[in-house]
Amino acid sequence: MPTEVILPKVDMDMATGQISRWFAEEGAKVKKGDVLFEIETDKAAMEIDAPASGTLRDVTGKERVDIPVGAPVAWIYADDEVYEAGTTQNGAPISPLVGEMSAKPTKGGAVPPASQSVAPPSALPFLRSSGAAATEGGPGISPTRGEIGQSPSGGRATPLARRLAREAGLAIADVKGSGPHGRVVRADIEAAIAAKGAGAPEQPTADTAPQTPVEAPAAAPKPMSDDQVLKLFAEGSYELVPHDNMRKTIARRLVEAKSTIPHFYLTLDCELDVLLALRTQLNAAAPMKKTDKGEAPAYKLSVNDMVIKAMAMALMAVPDANASWTESAMVKHKHADVGVAVSIPGGLITPIIRHADEKTLSVISNEMKDLAGRARSRKLKPEEYQGGTTAVSNLGMFGVKDFAAVINPPHATILAVGAGEERAVVKNGEIKIATVMSVTLSTDHRAVDGALGAELLGAFKRMIENPMGMLV
Amino acid sequence: MDAAMRELSYAQAIQEAMAIAMDMDERVFLMGEDIGVYGGAFQVTGDLVERYGTDRVIDTPISELGGAGVAVGAAVTGMRPIFEFQFSDFATLGMEQIVNQAAKMRFMLGGEVSVPVVMRFPAGSGTGAAAQHSQSLEAWLGHVPGLKVIQPATPHDAKGMLLAAVADPDPVMIFEHKLLYKMKGHVPEGHYIVPIGKAEIRREGRDLTIVATSIMVQKALDAAAALEGEGIDIEVVDLRTIRPLDRQTVIDSVKKTSRLLCVYEGVKTLGIGAEVSALVAESEAFDYLDAPIVRLGGAETPIPYNPDLEKATVPQVPDIIAAARDLVKGVR
Repeated sequence: MPTEVILPKVDMDMATGQISRWFAEEGAKVKKGDVLFEIETDKAAMEIDAPASGTLRDVTGKERVDIPVGAPVAWIYADDEVYEAGTTQNGAPISPLVGEMSAKPTKGGAVPPASQSVAPPSALPFLRSSGAAATEGGPGISPTRGEIGQSPSGGRATPLARRLAREAGLAIADVKGSGPHGRVVRADIEAAIAAKGAGAPEQPTADTAPQTPVEAPAAAPKPMSDDQVLKLFAEGSYELVPHDNMRKTIARRLVEAKSTIPHFYLTLDCELDVLLALRTQLNAAAPMKKTDKGEAPAYKLSVNDMVIKAMAMALMAVPDANASWTESAMVKHKHADVGVAVSIPGGLITPIIRHADEKTLSVISNEMKDLAGRARSRKLKPEEYQGGTTAVSNLGMFGVKDFAAVINPPHATILAVGAGEERAVVKNGEIKIATVMSVTLSTDHRAVDGALGAELLGAFKRMIENPMGMLV
Repeated sequence: MDAAMRELSYAQAIQEAMAIAMDMDERVFLMGEDIGVYGGAFQVTGDLVERYGTDRVIDTPISELGGAGVAVGAAVTGMRPIFEFQFSDFATLGMEQIVNQAAKMRFMLGGEVSVPVVMRFPAGSGTGAAAQHSQSLEAWLGHVPGLKVIQPATPHDAKGMLLAAVADPDPVMIFEHKLLYKMKGHVPEGHYIVPIGKAEIRREGRDLTIVATSIMVQKALDAAAALEGEGIDIEVVDLRTIRPLDRQTVIDSVKKTSRLLCVYEGVKTLGIGAEVSALVAESEAFDYLDAPIVRLGGAETPIPYNPDLEKATVPQVPDIIAAARDLVKGVR
C-alpha cells in the first residue's frame, strides 16, 4: 500500500493551508525525512518531511491553492510497489480553486461568490463520484476530472456510516465525506437522508432534521458581495489578486478586533532629547564582538527598542492595565510580553518580546533584530507571534505624526508611536525647541478604563523622559 | 461521622477486607515480604500482625518463587492464602508458580482440585521507583487462562473485589496501582462483594466511550469533566476485571456512543487496550463505529527514573482530553 502524503495540521485553528512550494516533483525518488514541500499557514511557512521513502506519485496538491487539513496531496510508492497512473484514491487533481479563478473571471467580469473561493473540506473531489462533482463547479470553474480510483464500496466511510447508508438505500459514493481524509461519517449520511427527504415542501421532522447547523440569519449587516463591488468598476480596468492566507488572517482578525473590542484612544507628547542623548552614549559604549563579517558592535539600540522597554516597565508600574479580557474573568498578567508590529511583504506580523520587563535594552534590541529578520522571511514559529500582553506599532520612520492602532486580541492595549520631530514647546513662559514624539494608546474599555489608561500612558511618558530608569 | 458516608483510603479498604476475611474464615492467612512488623512496603497490612499474630500474618524470605509456591501449595491443600508481592514487577520471579502451577492445576487434575489463592501486586508508575519497580504487567497475567485478573480503581471496589477474590475457587491476581493507595472514597462497613468479571459505567455519556483501567479511570473522569464545558459528553467504563473481560458492557457502550478510546497505563502494544479494541472490532458494535478506535497506553520504553520523563511515559489527563476531543470533533 503506497504511503499517503497529507496536508498536515501545523498550527492550532488551522482548517486549510496552502503549499507554497514543492521540493520534489512527480516521479522523483524521495527518502523518508527529505523536505517534500513548504506549507504556508496563516502567518508562517513550514517545511514538511516525506513520511516514507520511495517514488512520489499523483502529486495533486497544487501550489498556492487552499487545501483542507488532512487532504492527501501526493502518494509515495515504495520500490516494490507497482504504480499505475490514477490508481491511488486521489488520482483526480484537486480542483483548482482560488488559483484558477483569478485567471478565468466569468463573462460579466464577476468572480464566483466568496463562499466558493474557499473549498469546504467536503468540496474536494478526491472521494466523490464524478457525477456529483460536475454540479459543484460553479461559474468559472470547470475542473478537469480524471478517473477516480474507487474501491467497490466507494471511498472512505466509517462502519456506522456504511450501515446507515445501507439501511437508507444510499450509495456511499454519492455522499460527500466531512471527516478526516474525506471520510464519510454518520452526520454526512444523516444530512444526505434529510436532503433526500427535503424535496417535499413540508418541514423536516425532528428525526430527519440535518445535524449540521443551518446558517444563522445574519445579525450584523453584511458587507457588499464580491459581485456588488466588482460591478462598480469597468471590466478590464483591474486585476484580481487572490488573497493569500496572511491577507485573510489579517482581514479576519482586524474585523473581529474592531467589531468586538470597544476601543478608546489617549494621546500624549513625549520629549525625546534626553533619551536620544542616552541612546547615542549607550551605542558608543557597545563593546566590539567578533562576527562572521568581522568585528561589529555587540548591540545597536534603536528608539523603538527603548519604546518597547518603556512600555513593558510602564505595564509593571501599572499592573492593572497589563490585562486581557475574557467573558468570565480578567486575566491579569505577571509579565509584560510586548508584541511589535513588523511590516513584511504582503502584510504584517507581530512577533513578541516575552518578559520585556526583565530584559535589558541590548537583549531586547538583538532579539528584535532576529525576530524581524525571520518575520520577513516568514520563518517565525507560531509561539513567537501568538499571545502577548500588549503591542507597539511604530510608523515614525515614515514621518507619521500621530495615528491610532487597532488592538490585537488578547491584548488590552496597543501603543501607536509617531515620528520624533523638533517642535516648538512652551516651558516656563518661553518657547523652546524640543524633539517630541506623539504616542496614542488604544485601549480595550472592557479591561482598562480611561483613568487607568491615562495612568499607563503617564508611566510610559515618565520612562521615556527619564530613560536612565530603563537601565536599572 | 455518618456511617453511611464513611471514607477510607484504598490501602485501608484492602486492610479492612483482609481482616474481615480472616474473621470470617480461619483458613485465610496472609504472606509476603515485610508485611508483618513492618506493615508492608506500602503499609497495606499495617498492624494486622498485632491483631492476628504471626501464624496468620507471615513474613516470608526474599524469595518470590518460594513464597508463591508455599501459597499455591497451601491453597491446593485447603487453605485460603493471600500473598503479597512487594512490587508487581517481581511477578517475574513467581511466574512458574502462577502460570504453570496455579493456573493449570484445576484443568490438569480433571477438576479434582482448585487453587483458591489470592495474589496482590502493587503496580504502576509515578512513585519515582524507576524501571524495575514501576511496571504494569497485568496484561502478562491476563493472557493466561485459569487465572482471574482484576484492577480495582476505587477504595470501594478494592475491598469488595478482594472479598470476592477470597471467596473465589480459582487463583485471583489483584493489581493495585500504588498511586491509588492514598485515594479516599466511600467504603461501606462489614462484608460485601463486588463481583469479578463485571465492568462498571462510572459516568454516562453519548459522544465517546473511554474504557479505562485502574488509575486511568480517575484520569478519564477528570478529562470527561474538563470536556463537559466544550459540550463533549463522555461515557467512562471502568473495566475492573481484565480476565474474564466484561465484553457486553463495552460493546453496549460503544453501540451507544459510536466512538471508543482505550486508556491504560501498561505498554500500549499488546496491552489491555489492544484487546478491548479487537473485541469491539469483532463484535456487533463494529457497525456502530463512527470513528477509528484509539488507544492511549504506556510508552514503548522502560519507565524512566526522571520524574518528568516518568510522567511522560504514561497517559496523563491532558493527553486524554486531547485524544477525546480529536475523536469527537472528527480530527482523527
